[in-house]
Amino acid sequence: MKNIIISFIIIFSSSLSYASESVKLDKAPIDLDDKISLQRGARNFVNYCLNCHSASYMRYNRLTDIGLTDELIENNLLFTSDKVGNPMEISMINSDAKKWFGAAPPNLSVTARSRGADWIYSYLRSFYRDPTRTMGWNNTVYKNSAMPHILWELQGEQHFNNVTNNLKLETPGTLSPEEYDQFVGDITNYMVFMSEPGQQKRRQIGYYVLAFLFLLLILTINLKKEYWKNIK
Amino acid sequence: MVKESNSTSNSLLGWIDERFPLSSFIKNHLTGYYAPKNFNFWYFFGALALFVFVMQILTGIFLTMHYKPSAAEAFASVEYIMRDVSFGWLIRYMHSTGSSLFFVVIYLHMFRGLMYGSYRRPRELLWLFGVFIFLLLMAEAFFGYLLPWGQMSYWGAQVIVNLFTSVPFIGPDLAEWVRGDYLVSDATLNRFFAFHVIALPLALAGLIFGHLIALHEVGSNNPDGIDIKDMKDKKTGIPMDGIPFHPYYTVKDLVGLSVFLIVFASIIFFAPEMGGYFLEANNFVPANPLVTPDHIAPVWYFTPFYSILRAVPPLFNSQFPGVAAMGLSVLIFFFVPWLDKSKVRSIRYKGALYKKWLSTFVISFIVLGYLGTVPSNVWGQFYNAIPIIGGKDVATIIARIFTVTYFLFFILMPIYSKKDITKSVPKRVRM
Repeated sequence: MKNIIISFIIIFSSSLSYASESVKLDKAPIDLDDKISLQRGARNFVNYCLNCHSASYMRYNRLTDIGLTDELIENNLLFTSDKVGNPMEISMINSDAKKWFGAAPPNLSVTARSRGADWIYSYLRSFYRDPTRTMGWNNTVYKNSAMPHILWELQGEQHFNNVTNNLKLETPGTLSPEEYDQFVGDITNYMVFMSEPGQQKRRQIGYYVLAFLFLLLILTINLKKEYWKNIK
Repeated sequence: MVKESNSTSNSLLGWIDERFPLSSFIKNHLTGYYAPKNFNFWYFFGALALFVFVMQILTGIFLTMHYKPSAAEAFASVEYIMRDVSFGWLIRYMHSTGSSLFFVVIYLHMFRGLMYGSYRRPRELLWLFGVFIFLLLMAEAFFGYLLPWGQMSYWGAQVIVNLFTSVPFIGPDLAEWVRGDYLVSDATLNRFFAFHVIALPLALAGLIFGHLIALHEVGSNNPDGIDIKDMKDKKTGIPMDGIPFHPYYTVKDLVGLSVFLIVFASIIFFAPEMGGYFLEANNFVPANPLVTPDHIAPVWYFTPFYSILRAVPPLFNSQFPGVAAMGLSVLIFFFVPWLDKSKVRSIRYKGALYKKWLSTFVISFIVLGYLGTVPSNVWGQFYNAIPIIGGKDVATIIARIFTVTYFLFFILMPIYSKKDITKSVPKRVRM
């Protein structure tokens, strides 16, 4: 019976691969226990992403889960709303955004669950100069993405080499490549947190539930043995 | 004139029993219902299915308290449940994981029936009730999957409802009638919600009741396929190989339930998406009628049937043959009691022929299931290595082969089950 259950778990836990994505993604440095990284990520997200993208399923005061206080949130992160219990909304109207960018920037609340952390991390590091695009930028992970390279001042300008199929940093930005990776890594880490703010708590509770269930199993096995000892 | 009570018992139970058959119900269905003593691992899944059904109803009630069945609000209301409703995430994951595990236990329960011949006389009607439950469960899962209003919800429903358009003559009108619109929309979501939360659960509850009544009328089969009612104690009239369901099987099922809950909790708390099999990544993108996903796959429990749909080639530009084959692949289970001509019930006494066919069926089901989760060009990259079967379309060819073997298991059953050399069945069950 154990073998059947174990093999069942193995069969079904192997992840689905979507054939259309053939780009190689880099592993995002995700650590939801790293509160400092999450706080930096929240700051970066609010400063850079939350101008065009909303995250309207996420409330500001949920950031208390990563160690911020209501006061800190109010003083440092509230730009678009005045109450700490408000969701992360933006003032840009979708129809305007569509006119300006060609596509409305998606709500990022659960993007880490639809795209995956590695995708976001790689995407934010794969912008390159492309004068043929209206915004002047293109992306190797998401070809012809409508999004301009918002972080270009930080990363600098990358160019795409058609022969080697590689990106090369031509003009350095204000951050070194390592610093930029960490900057983007923090945003990604934060977006993973934001996609399901309760996930750390969920795992925590899970250990207690499993511990209880194993005790229950021992109890029920012995109860069954006691009742069945005379059945032959 | 109202008479004085002449009850011998002054207890509450006595009072109730004069007015309602409580004691006799408990006796008939629990303490005095004799089940074979040799149930094995495979006999946990019926009780577990009942448990999951009740759990889906209960978690479903709490979800409907917060869910909004409208195209504009559905997706956001699910996220609201996940974030702002206290323990909403737990209720939602219990419900989403419960639906997948419902199919796991139902498939194992059905396989048990196939292995031990639980559909043979006198249990044909019991089996028919079961197949009806399976059919409605598929409908229930299909309607429910639209409710989160993600991309997969939307396009999955779009694909399945569009199947109706392939019905000759009335197809397009039929699909429009089902949707309530020219495409899957708010109207569709509302009616699917109505079916999911009231119509089908009610029908399922009725059928499950019928399934249990039929079971208790004819008595449980067992791994040996022996009728325990044939060997009764002469004095008491109790089957010699039977034991009262309560307490013996209630305590035994508690063990099965504990193991099930461990598996269940492991998924809920540590892998609620189950690597994209239970909650698909694309379903975290709100439904968008203007953007078709690259790859539309149903949830894993529908994939064997979906594969059959994709495997059957169109005829005169009509997809109807595929749709008919898919429908038949489910409906064919209804005929199993009359297809099996074997002298014995259980696989323990059947010959190698039946075992081969049952294995073929299981392999077909699993391979078709796998192929249904991936795009049909999945093995295209190997076409140079395996040029004999289909080249680039190797996956389609393999799906076709296994579709044929899937159906042959049923169609040839009257022949091979008759020809099969069976062993002699003992009079008493083996533990």
